[in-house]
Amino acid sequence: MAEHDIELSVNGTAHELSVDSRTLLVHALRDELGYTGTNVGCESSTCGACTIHLDGEAVKSCTLLAVQADGREVTTVEGLAEDGTYAPIQEGFQKEHGLQCGFCTPGMMLAANDLLARNPDPSEEEIREAIEGNLCRCTGYQNIVNAVEYAADHMDQEVAADGGSDRVEGE
Amino acid sequence: MGIETIESKDIDAEAVLGSAVERREDPALITGEAEYTDDIQRPNMTHMAVVRSQYGHATIEGIDTSAAEELDGVLAVYTGEDVDVPGMIPTGWQLPSLKNPDRPMLATDRVRHVGEAVAVVVAEDRYTAKDGVDLVDVDYDRQDATVDQSDALDDDAPRVHEEFDDNVAFDFELGDEDATNDAFENAAHTAEVDLENQRVIPNAMEPRAALAEYKPSSGDLELDLTTQNPHLHRLLLPGVIDVPEHKIHVRAPEVGGGFGSKSPLYPDEALASWCSMQVERPVKWTATRSETYQTDAQARAHQTTGEIAMDEDGTITAVRVNTIANIGAYLSIFAAAIPTVLYAPLLSGQYEIPSIYCNVVGSFTNTVPVDLYRGAGRPEALFVVERLIDLGAREVGMDPAEFRRHNFIGSDDFPYETPVAVTYDSGDYEPALDKALDLLDYDDLRERQEELRDEGRYLGVGFSSYIEACGLAPSKIAGSLGAQAGLWENGLVRMHPGGKVTAFCGTSGHGQGHKTTYAQIVADELGVPYDDVEIVESDTDEVPEGRGTYGSRSAAVGGSALSTSAGKVVEKARKIAAHQLEADEADIDFSGGEFSVSGAPDRSMTIQEVTQQAYLAQDLPEGMEPGLEETAFYDPENFVFPFGTHAAVVEVDPESGEIEFENYVAVDDVGPQINPKIVEGQIHGGVAQGVGQALYEVAEYDDNGSLVTGSMQDYTVPKAEHVPHMETDHTETPSPHNPLGVKGVGEAGTIAAPQAVVNAVVDALEPFGVDHIDMPLTNESVWQAVNDSAVADGGTTDEASRDDDADAGGAN
Ligand code: FES
Ligand code: FES
Repeated sequence: MAEHDIELSVNGTAHELSVDSRTLLVHALRDELGYTGTNVGCESSTCGACTIHLDGEAVKSCTLLAVQADGREVTTVEGLAEDGTYAPIQEGFQKEHGLQCGFCTPGMMLAANDLLARNPDPSEEEIREAIEGNLCRCTGYQNIVNAVEYAADHMDQEVAADGGSDRVEGE
Repeated sequence: MGIETIESKDIDAEAVLGSAVERREDPALITGEAEYTDDIQRPNMTHMAVVRSQYGHATIEGIDTSAAEELDGVLAVYTGEDVDVPGMIPTGWQLPSLKNPDRPMLATDRVRHVGEAVAVVVAEDRYTAKDGVDLVDVDYDRQDATVDQSDALDDDAPRVHEEFDDNVAFDFELGDEDATNDAFENAAHTAEVDLENQRVIPNAMEPRAALAEYKPSSGDLELDLTTQNPHLHRLLLPGVIDVPEHKIHVRAPEVGGGFGSKSPLYPDEALASWCSMQVERPVKWTATRSETYQTDAQARAHQTTGEIAMDEDGTITAVRVNTIANIGAYLSIFAAAIPTVLYAPLLSGQYEIPSIYCNVVGSFTNTVPVDLYRGAGRPEALFVVERLIDLGAREVGMDPAEFRRHNFIGSDDFPYETPVAVTYDSGDYEPALDKALDLLDYDDLRERQEELRDEGRYLGVGFSSYIEACGLAPSKIAGSLGAQAGLWENGLVRMHPGGKVTAFCGTSGHGQGHKTTYAQIVADELGVPYDDVEIVESDTDEVPEGRGTYGSRSAAVGGSALSTSAGKVVEKARKIAAHQLEADEADIDFSGGEFSVSGAPDRSMTIQEVTQQAYLAQDLPEGMEPGLEETAFYDPENFVFPFGTHAAVVEVDPESGEIEFENYVAVDDVGPQINPKIVEGQIHGGVAQGVGQALYEVAEYDDNGSLVTGSMQDYTVPKAEHVPHMETDHTETPSPHNPLGVKGVGEAGTIAAPQAVVNAVVDALEPFGVDHIDMPLTNESVWQAVNDSAVADGGTTDEASRDDDADAGGAN
């Protein structure tokens, strides 16, 4: 198996690591770099537990190879809070009881932030549609929808709600 | 409707019990700091992967492990031949006449369900371990399989276990058969339904995982597990892998949902432990999602004939139920209890039914073993009851809500003894129904239904007035029903010298927010600030004993254990206060965390001051031990019986079979709510799983025993768009059986929802003569039901003559 030296910027920190060709991005993040907040629920792009942002866009890290992320910017749940202050989406999940076991939550928050970056004031239907690739077995989704609405209401025009990416509406 | 959460600093000490305080679990979970089993690394850690049967039934002719053994990075490959310990996974429940076949940790000569473990590979990393699995060559001779539980009972069905004469695991009955038969003979009206409560897969989002570290120097086994009951593993593992109980330390870190499926001891956790003893290094195993489909206990799987008898005016006189339950290939831990003692005793529902008789035959099949899944036995029972209630109402021509009300057990009749061996603690069923009717705007809804029908649109409303038995405990009752372990719960409350508190409980939360609700209970009992109370669970070294979290037992049994131990702390503290305040113990009042002398409120001490004295130990009552901590083993006298009425409103398109929710209302009575926000969340989640079963979920096998729905692409776990918006409300009827009066909420939604949805769809399709459709109600099955009824009716109903556009309707 060929080894590759790659560079990943995770939540603003640069990392150099060497991975097998077949190493999945999620395993590189979790096992090699210790960003265990990103979870693995299905390894098949169905559950969304492994959702991260790659260059500011939500993607499932269980079906991407680590080498595909070489030189790119990754945001994980660990990068959402800034200086100990929760991002609006985190505050929303806590205030609205948008989580129970919390396993889907990191992926859910990153998927939601992607939506909010594109559409700062989504309807309930748009939220439900946007998180369709993220399964939650605990909450019945209703409080997750409320959590995303809460975040939308508390974003204060923060375009960088996706945790520091430089993605700008309309770019 | 929404309940606002409040921050802990804003809770009023008087109102800590019952406040929607924010969960203290959340900060770690929303920042990624929380630690699940697969997040944990240990120095020198290895990885285990499992070779599993791809056949439902086969003999093993040989296993060649040599290629795997030669692979770089593979440390060892083990087969059943290598197992030098008993290696048999026990069941935890006995019934008279139960057949209890051996269930090996690794199959040796025969595999009996897809996914059964055949060999294990231990390697330096997880990728290599899986490569090793691919290189193990198993020579199988495929055998005929038996998959359907009724077919399995045929004389010539392939036998799952050759040592038995047939595939009958048990034959169970409850109730008075003669009286029930008489009632049916004399009934003015009867109704009957054949129904299937389909097999489903729990699908907790976190796959099961284990990290075992055996230390040869001390003989200790450290085990991190995705489990709902660490102590149960400590109790059962010694018999499997031959390590004594006191040398086993089981810890459940964060657990990403369980819903019952993380209750049993499976072969995998035992294998990881045993492998660690062999290689003398830590061994981690994490299931892939396909492994969870093939190994996590599956659930429900009942085929039932239900009948209801009524007199002239619609009063129910009897219910008769015959069920064949699919047990799967082996008896998992609760397998014998679920379709029997957790099922048949609930067949009275909320109704006064003079005679009930139930027979359940359990059958072995070449399928994944069945065990607990949210509700376990009770959803199956209430599905039968509430389908029969709707059919009975239709038969006597009564409105289904009125038929329910007419037959409810009266609020004055509690405690109420049913004819199926249980005594309901407390209940008041009409107010919950009334609230549901209000939320639905029921009269208006029925009018709208009529109007829409005239326009060729089909609205339906379905009720589910459910009851459940929660607080799985009473050791004596459970024992008489077959439990092989006491089902009490343990609580320990420790006041620290500085006045803060740590409380330990033997339950094990996995998303329910116990650390929040338990702290509310203890803070209230001791009169200390909520933030001063820390809760410890899920660790067999920290918590001496326990029985875990399942069957909605945590609040009623675990919470009561904590409140009892906190009460003992107060009593000891009262003695110290009396001594120090030089008053008679009987004259010491305790309120708001303060002990004071009756009639002399200025002579007082706070509980923190008393605690300090307890540890200072220089001026304690004669003969008293220092320190301030108390333990309780709480064993209640009975189950608790939460109840409620849920209702679904749907519109069904008979042309396409599509179902759309218009409304879902849930009115639940779970006794006093410790934290209303958490209660609401539990209801939402439960309903989502119930709706999932009603409309989407089914585990299917082909005739060979291959699991057809073996991945998330083939098995529909409901998405946000599949789950209706829910309106919740409640009534409050305390249980007299525990100090908190609480009942239990974890399973309510799942028990209530399926029949609310099915009843609604059947109600919508009443003009077509549809009286039952089996779950899941796919577009196709709904369309088919409309079509079949139209055919059965000879196409007499205009709307029902759909033969012309059958093709168009069939495409969905
Ligand atoms: S783990 Fe990546 S989508 Fe499920
Ligand atoms: S909170 Fe448990 S899966 Fe979403």
